[in-house]
Amino acid sequence: MHIVTFTRSTPDTAAKVEVDGNGAVSWGDAATVVNPWDEYSLEEAIRQATNVKGDTTVIAVGGDLHNDSLKHSLAMGVKNAVRVNADGLDMTDSLQWASLAAAAVNNIDDCQLVIFGKEHVDVGSDQVTYQTARKLGWTMLSYVSEILELDAEGGTIKVEKTVEQGKQILTAKLPVVISVLKGINEPRYPSFIGIRKASKATIPEWTPADLGIELPASSITHDAYNNPPPRDITSEIIEGETIEEKAAQLVDKLLEEKVL
Amino acid sequence: MVTSQTQSTPYNPFTEEHEMFRKSVRKFVENEITPCADEWEAAGIAPLHDIFKKMGDLGFLGLNYPEKYGGSEADIWFTVVLHEELAKAAIGGVPMAIAVHTDMCTPALAYHGSDYLKETYLAPSICGDMVGAIAVTEPDAGSDVARIRTRAVRDGDDYVINGSKMYITNGTQADWLCLLARTSDDDNYKGMSLIIVPTDTRGFNVSRKLKKLGQHSSDTAFLSFEDMRVPIKNRIGNEGKGFYYQMEQFQVERLIGAIGSYSGAEKAVRDTIAYTRDRKAFGKPLLANQWIQFKLGELLTEIEATKHMTYYCASLIESGAKSSEVTRIASMCKLKGGRLARQVADTCIQFYGGMGYMEETPISRYYRDSRLASIGGGADEIMLQIIAKLEGMHIE
Repeated sequence: MHIVTFTRSTPDTAAKVEVDGNGAVSWGDAATVVNPWDEYSLEEAIRQATNVKGDTTVIAVGGDLHNDSLKHSLAMGVKNAVRVNADGLDMTDSLQWASLAAAAVNNIDDCQLVIFGKEHVDVGSDQVTYQTARKLGWTMLSYVSEILELDAEGGTIKVEKTVEQGKQILTAKLPVVISVLKGINEPRYPSFIGIRKASKATIPEWTPADLGIELPASSITHDAYNNPPPRDITSEIIEGETIEEKAAQLVDKLLEEKVL
Repeated sequence: MVTSQTQSTPYNPFTEEHEMFRKSVRKFVENEITPCADEWEAAGIAPLHDIFKKMGDLGFLGLNYPEKYGGSEADIWFTVVLHEELAKAAIGGVPMAIAVHTDMCTPALAYHGSDYLKETYLAPSICGDMVGAIAVTEPDAGSDVARIRTRAVRDGDDYVINGSKMYITNGTQADWLCLLARTSDDDNYKGMSLIIVPTDTRGFNVSRKLKKLGQHSSDTAFLSFEDMRVPIKNRIGNEGKGFYYQMEQFQVERLIGAIGSYSGAEKAVRDTIAYTRDRKAFGKPLLANQWIQFKLGELLTEIEATKHMTYYCASLIESGAKSSEVTRIASMCKLKGGRLARQVADTCIQFYGGMGYMEETPISRYYRDSRLASIGGGADEIMLQIIAKLEGMHIE
C-alpha cells in the first residue's frame, strides 16, 4: 500500500503577517515553517506505512517555497517527495489546489490512503481536504484523533473521530482521505542522518500535463487586502491593600463592562 | 541573519543542510529542554541519561566522530550549529552538560583512544547510553593544570588511583570520567596521562554535590578516589602524553565555550530588545530611548565580531591548522566570549529593571549562568597568559 500525505511551507506562526505598501500580503523576511498541522499527518503516514510495510510519498502543491517542507518531510522519514505546480495556480483557490492534488494522488500506484493535517494555517482553511476527497471520489474522514486499525489486506480503516459531542468510532472501506488532529501522535524530530539524506534529494516537479489534466480556471479575483483596524487598548492597574480587595474591584469592573 | 544557501561562502559557512539541522536542534531545544528548565533548576539536576538518549537517537551526540563508533564524520559547522542552538535554551546548565559530553570529555578518546576504549566508552556515549565527564581540576590546581596531584600508580595490569577532582560537571551522573592523573614521578607536564575511569569502580566517591552561583541544573561535584583500580588499557594513548592530549582537547572546549557565549548573548540582547519595546515608561516604550538603542546596538556589533572570530577559529580547526595558531585564536575567542557575556548580562538586566532582578525572568538566570564563561575551561587570566606567550611577550 502507498500512503500519501501533503505538506506546505507557511509563515512561522510567530511572524507578523500584514499587508505591505503595495497591497500584498507579506511576512517580511521571517522564516517559513512546515504547516504545523502537517507534522502530525507526516508522522502518522510514516507510522502507518511502517505498520503495513507500505510506501510513503509527500506532496506539496505550489512553488519552490514548499521544497523546504518537502525536505523536512524526507528528513523525518517519508520515502518520496514531489511538488506539483502549474502556471496560473492561485494558492487561495481551493478548487485549483484540490484538482492538482487529486491528479497527483491518482498518479501514484496503489495509493489507498491520503492523510492531511487538520488545516492549512496560512489560509486558515481545511476545505482542500474535502475537495481533494471529492475530486478523487473517495470517502472523507475528518478530525481523526486515532487510527485504530489499517487493514491493508481487508481494505478497511477503523478510526476514532473527535466530534463536538464526544468520540465516534468509524470503519470505512479504502481508499479514504483523512484529516488528523494534533493529539494523534508525537511528531519526531528530523534525525541527523535523515537531514543528510534529505538535503541531497532532488525534488521532482509535476505539471498538469504530466498528470494528464488541465488546470481549471480560477474563479477568484483578489480585489484588496486590508490590515485589521488597530485596536485601541487602554490598561488599568487595580490598586488595593489585599488580593481579596483587588479581586473584588476586578469583578466589579468586569461586571460594569458586561464581560461577566 | 544567516540565510539558507546551497554552498558555503567564506562569510557564511552554513549550507542548506546545516540550516535544516539548525531547525531540528532548535525544535528539540524548544520542546525538550526549555519547557523543563524551571523544574530542573529547582531540582538542582537534570535527567541527563534521558536527554542524552533522545539526542543520541537523533544522531546529535557524535557529529564529528567516526561512523565506526556511531558518529557522523560531519564537518565542524554542524558542531557550531548544535552549540549555537543549545545556547538559546532558557537554561545554562543543560547545554553545558551536553557540551561537556560531546566536545570536552570525548575528543582525546576519539582521536587517541584505542579501539577497545572507543567501543566501550565512545560508542555508547554517542548513542546516548552513557554520560561522560572531564576530570582535570583539583582543589589545589585549577587553571594551573601542571600542579595536579591525583596519582595513578602501576600495579600489575592496573593503575591504582588516589586523589580528588573538583568542580566536575555531570559529576554525580557520569558513567565514566576522562581523568588527568600523574603516572610518573616527573613533577612536570610529561608526568601525566589521561585515563578513562568507569564510575562504578570501587574507590570512586562523589564526595559532595556542589552548590553554585548559577548553572543550578548542572550537577557539579567534588570527586575523590581511594585506591581505585583501573586497568592500564583504559589509558588514552601513550603514557606521559596526557597533558598534551588535554591541551589539544582544551582548544575544542574553548571553541565550544565561545560559541555558547556569543549565541547566548545574542539571545539575551534580542530578548531585551523585545522586552524594552513592550515595556512603557514615561509614556513611551523604553526602547524609544536612544541610550538603550545605542547600547544594545553596540552589544550586537560586539557579538557579531566575536561570532565571526569564532567561525575563523572553527575553520582553523577544520583545516587542521598548526596547533599554536589554533591555540592563539581559541584563547582569544574564549576570552572575548566570556567578557562579552558578562557585559551583555549586566547591561540587559539593567534595562529589564526590577523585572530583570526577579527569579521568574530568564535574564536573571542568564546573569548567573553566563558568569561561568570567564572562569570555566581556563579563566580569562589564563587565556591572556597564553595569548601573551604566543605573541612573544612572555618574559622569564
